[in-house]
Amino acid sequence: MTDAVLDRLRGPGPARRHNARTIAALTANPGCTRRAVLDAAGVDKQGLAERAGHPAPFGQSGFALSRGNAFEAQLKADSGRLLRELLAGALGHDVPESYADLGADDDATLTARHAATAELLTGAGAALVDHPLLSLDVAGRTVFLEPDLVAARVGGRFHVVEIKSFAIVDGQADSAKVSAAAVQAAVYVLALRRLLGDDLVSHDVVLVCPENFAFRPTAVVLDVRKQLGTLTRQLRRLAGVSALAADLPPGLSFDLALPGAELAAAVARLTARYAPECLSACELAYLCRHEATGTTAALGRPVREALGGVDTIGEVLELASGARAPGPGQEEAAALLRAAARLRAAAVGL
Amino acid sequence: MSTLTALARAEAVAAGRAQPIATVRHLHVHPDPLVLVPVVMAGEPNAPLAALAGRDRAAPRLLVVAQPRNRDLRFAFAAELAEIVVGYAESHIGPSEAVAVDRGRDVRHRYLDAPQVWVPNPGGVDFLRLFGRSTRFRRTDGDHPVPPAVPLLGRWLTFLATQAEVPGSALLVAATQALALHWATGQSSAEDAQLGALLGWIDPGPLTGPEAARRAEQLPPAGPATDPDFDNRVLAPLLSAGADPADALRDQLLPTWDLMWRAVDLLRALPPGARVAGRWDADRDAFSGYVAHLRDTGTPQPRRDSAVAAAARLHRLENVQARYAAQRAFDDPLVMAEHRLTGEAFEGVVTHAKADRVDDTGKRPVLRPRLIVRTAEPVRASAGTALTCPDRPSQKATVISVTPAGDETDVLLELSGGMGRKLVAEPGSVPAVGDTVLYTTLTEAYRPGGAFPEPDRTPWTHGGPPAPPAQPTPAEAAEEWA
Repeated sequence: MTDAVLDRLRGPGPARRHNARTIAALTANPGCTRRAVLDAAGVDKQGLAERAGHPAPFGQSGFALSRGNAFEAQLKADSGRLLRELLAGALGHDVPESYADLGADDDATLTARHAATAELLTGAGAALVDHPLLSLDVAGRTVFLEPDLVAARVGGRFHVVEIKSFAIVDGQADSAKVSAAAVQAAVYVLALRRLLGDDLVSHDVVLVCPENFAFRPTAVVLDVRKQLGTLTRQLRRLAGVSALAADLPPGLSFDLALPGAELAAAVARLTARYAPECLSACELAYLCRHEATGTTAALGRPVREALGGVDTIGEVLELASGARAPGPGQEEAAALLRAAARLRAAAVGL
Repeated sequence: MSTLTALARAEAVAAGRAQPIATVRHLHVHPDPLVLVPVVMAGEPNAPLAALAGRDRAAPRLLVVAQPRNRDLRFAFAAELAEIVVGYAESHIGPSEAVAVDRGRDVRHRYLDAPQVWVPNPGGVDFLRLFGRSTRFRRTDGDHPVPPAVPLLGRWLTFLATQAEVPGSALLVAATQALALHWATGQSSAEDAQLGALLGWIDPGPLTGPEAARRAEQLPPAGPATDPDFDNRVLAPLLSAGADPADALRDQLLPTWDLMWRAVDLLRALPPGARVAGRWDADRDAFSGYVAHLRDTGTPQPRRDSAVAAAARLHRLENVQARYAAQRAFDDPLVMAEHRLTGEAFEGVVTHAKADRVDDTGKRPVLRPRLIVRTAEPVRASAGTALTCPDRPSQKATVISVTPAGDETDVLLELSGGMGRKLVAEPGSVPAVGDTVLYTTLTEAYRPGGAFPEPDRTPWTHGGPPAPPAQPTPAEAAEEWA
């Protein structure tokens, strides 16, 4: 029933599948109905943003892609010999020589591959399972995860292995990239646990990156318990998409073949919760930013909080100048804003 | 984010252009800076692709690695960059001045000028740090010799990037950070990280701030990452055809080059704060010290600080940070206003003053005037807190009591120091009744360094004594570079 509604919302185009990155982005902003519904319906958000007149630059350099692929291929060559050595070093356990690749980027075989994954992982099978197809409950629906990981069975437990192409130089790496990788790995840990149970999947994930300035890989163990806690909490907060979709007007469609103005109007029917963090995580960010003009949220959470949580810029300035009387619960914020305005005026007017 | 800065952002939205959050300039702007706009190859660990560099805005020099994975071309790029950066740094080795140290018991020399390098953003600083790391251990002899300037470039870049972590240092400046210290825009700090969008709000020309910022978002990024679309549509076809990418790269970098000089101009036009010159003195000290090190042993900076060096450095950075915050507030009423809003500073009127009060309870009588300051502002200080008045930085004011007086507050203060040597205060050194005064918990007073062991007495808990600094080993010099 819901699937039919969501398919209708998307139109005839193929559905986009979730991957760890989209789930991480979704849970980073669990209050955003727009993203939740469009992701659930598998709408091409980049295309939608373009058609609605607010294209956002989202893309990956072919250089980075091919370098990343070459790095991964090097690790997985020869039944993952190099990867096994690294894992053995990082986890302190031998990794037996057995490698299974379930890779095949094909929608038609999803269910079959999911079954094969379950069989391989629950059986006594391979030590390294590449491209397992996992599933996760997101916003009340079961979604398949774009397979992009290796699950390693080491010492009786599975470890998620994340292969990334940013460098670790003298034991240090870009902290933003490491934390993004940790969140994505945590998504896979959750999905693996859903299949195998909590005990069989370790919260220690292995991050494999190039070391220093060479192409040689190194492996480090990351504890993602904190990320797991956050993800679980945020996933619970995601409202059921079925309920959200049921509230939408019956004729609503995000079919990219529709005229741009109509698509823009359709997007406007879904409530968004814009934050500047969306700019790096969501293809619709420019559109939502445009809508959010004049709100304090558009300036970022720290600014909004420093302004006492008042919603709009107009209201902030009126409270600061005394032109508006504070509403209930706003007295303290208004007093602070008035004091700030007085101090600013005195100092700038010097 | 302070409420004052947040309010300035709200005002910027309403005004359609950035609003000042400083009334003076808080960093030294060199009359002859070196501007450097580097970009790297996507997907490679710190492989330079190109850079625009130079001291003359009309004549930027373009450096290109036509095949970014070619090791020889990469070191040729490093040698060319060395010519520019090392040449620029060494051009400031010139006349020096004597500075008294250790209360006049010793003297050291510092050069009258120092270099100042500008990059677009903190990513540019990170690039220089990593490029310094990948070149400073190279050797000019052995199996993998590089041009002599390359390891020297690595040492200088590492020095500059390390200095950039010192609050208030202006040897290596990230333009976005320098601008954001002085203006609040009507967009988020994430958007301020783009130099073009930030300048759009600050200096929108005939457009509105948001219009100029949106337009700037269509410009090539300010590096060090390239635009993926440019990579795929322009650069990749050129490289695979073996064609020279120089023109295409110049087109990508020139918009940022122009933005950089606009940033320098905008900041230079602001009047400098009173304590900016003092911080530049410290920068000249650091520069002079590093020149002396290069002339002495010239060993490259270690991969990681040893335990004692790291602890001492952290302690020093914390002190510098506190001093820098105080200095900016003392120089700038708009920065001080932030502290007044939080109660770390208050302005009030002197209602009582006893300028000739002498405390004779001790061995010898001392001059200890007392004042009552009445203020309507929040006061976070309590009895015993030491306060400073920015107009009288050498005078200490100790809070004796804080008493509510209706809606206002009476603060009783006892003064010491800064009044001359006699038992009668020098005229004007003690505030008089009716004066408007400002007192703050901020202080720029010197703080003693931490007590750390000598490096050769590092306890075993911290890895024991570190290896002495040394010239790079052949293994280090031969480190792979993908």
